[in-house]
Amino acid sequence: MSSPLDLAQAHPRPAFTVTLDGREIEALPGQTVAAALWTAGITSWRTTRDGGRPRGVFCGIGVCFDCLVTVNDRPNQRACLASLQPGDAIRTQEGTGHGD
Amino acid sequence: MATDRPHLAVIGAGPAGLAATAAAAAHGVRVTLLDAAAQPGGQFYRQPAAELRAHRPQALHHDWRTWERLRDGLDTYARAGAVTHLTNHHVWFAERHADRFTVHALLGPEQEDPVAVQADAVLLATGGYEKVLPFPGWTLPGVLTAGGAQAMLKGTLAVSGRTAVVAGTGPLLLPVATGLAAAGVQIAALVESADPKAFVRRSRALAAQPGKLAEGAGYAARLLRHRARTLTRHTVVEAHGTERLEAVTVAALDGEGRVRPGTARRISCDTLAVGHGMLPHTDLAETLGCHLDGVNVQVDDEQRTDVPGVWAAGETTGIGGSALALAEGHIAGRSAAARLAGRAPDQREWAAAAKSRTRLREFALALDGLYAPPARWSELITDDTVVCRCEEVTGGTIREAVAELGAGDVRTVKLLTRAGMGWCQGRMCAAAVAGLAGCRLAPSRRPFARPVPLGVLAREDTHPTERGSS
Repeated sequence: MSSPLDLAQAHPRPAFTVTLDGREIEALPGQTVAAALWTAGITSWRTTRDGGRPRGVFCGIGVCFDCLVTVNDRPNQRACLASLQPGDAIRTQEGTGHGD
Repeated sequence: MATDRPHLAVIGAGPAGLAATAAAAAHGVRVTLLDAAAQPGGQFYRQPAAELRAHRPQALHHDWRTWERLRDGLDTYARAGAVTHLTNHHVWFAERHADRFTVHALLGPEQEDPVAVQADAVLLATGGYEKVLPFPGWTLPGVLTAGGAQAMLKGTLAVSGRTAVVAGTGPLLLPVATGLAAAGVQIAALVESADPKAFVRRSRALAAQPGKLAEGAGYAARLLRHRARTLTRHTVVEAHGTERLEAVTVAALDGEGRVRPGTARRISCDTLAVGHGMLPHTDLAETLGCHLDGVNVQVDDEQRTDVPGVWAAGETTGIGGSALALAEGHIAGRSAAARLAGRAPDQREWAAAAKSRTRLREFALALDGLYAPPARWSELITDDTVVCRCEEVTGGTIREAVAELGAGDVRTVKLLTRAGMGWCQGRMCAAAVAGLAGCRLAPSRRPFARPVPLGVLAREDTHPTERGSS
């Protein structure tokens, strides 16, 4: 019946486009990387170094480093803290994010 | 002249830091308030990003009037030039020279630009973070801390799914569940391991806090309206899914804290918000040399640590909630103002705050006895359950280090297995590792409060302590 935006009566400016692994998704001004990905229905954007297991947000406040992601070719950004600009290229981070 | 006034660095802009800032500024101290967030509020009063243009952020909050008072106080003192609020400043180190302090922070979107702030005294209001005890499946995307679910909701107006189970133990679970429900998330169940009978047994300590009880009852009533089912003396025993969370299994607990055979049931959900209490952030206090009592920074009646010139207030001195943080922050700010002016404070000046501090500490102690993870929580950790999320160290590996290699403490387990050696520096797994090793959780003695680029460390060596050095 409600969304968080409705609940807080938020009226952000129109969404802009960013990409996740080349696919276009919409982000609202003020959303972090994690918030934009959640809103797009995506909960995982990293695989672990050893097990290759998927990870996403865990602590949500920048303490756990589980939500690491590559933004504009910079790996290991905390998605729960990193802000977004129009045209930003988010990439799923595999392992250390520095290639093999 | 403002610059002749003594200068206090307050670290953390949550309830404790804001109360301390206002109290110190009101009594003639120049305050620099450093905080990692873009806006004041800390975790408890975390505000939506300004660009989201939320017209009713109070819909996400409890006790909004207190927040307005804190916010307006900060604005007033900042406008008057008594307070400088440095946002987006991630403090990683504080050091004491003879009679001065240097607080080192990183700023910028990548947190690579170093800044150093000089001050006559330091007030630590660094807050806390959530403790989560592991269980099979807890690393699946969709499983997150209860506080994390709340932080994402308050700060970014985002939720991770449509159907959530809120689980664990502690006073945080109810507000998290009601917050998610109000934001349109279906709460499939609230799973609390505490025994409601324990609340009756401690009714005297609780009855001294009518406001707090009413607050809890209010959350419970709202949750009922959302038709959420509440399971007490239950625990999540496993989270299921392959690429993301699909369901959890919950089960009833017996009097010994063991899972009752035959009570397991599966609940479909795409989100599990789970927490087992809070732990204080004490890294900066530890590097300053402050004495810790268990995992808490030890303070005296004036909120002074045992290091001259260092005060501490709020969760960092012991988890107790925002009202206690406000009282402690006020006292710390008043004490710092008096001491920096070279006089011993008259404690009658803050008698009201001291009275609520006593009352709220008693309440926190009572709650601590009520809300407890299942006594046998570590039995839920299977040998292939990942315990250290960063280094992917399993329960089996840690048990082997304990049983076969003789590791009896968190540090030895770390050296033998890498558990706690990753990005989070053991903040997420230390409580679990201590449980598996059969020892008490002790302070971890991290050299820095957050990861620091090597380039910054190299630079700090050659360019010490100038404000805004780059």
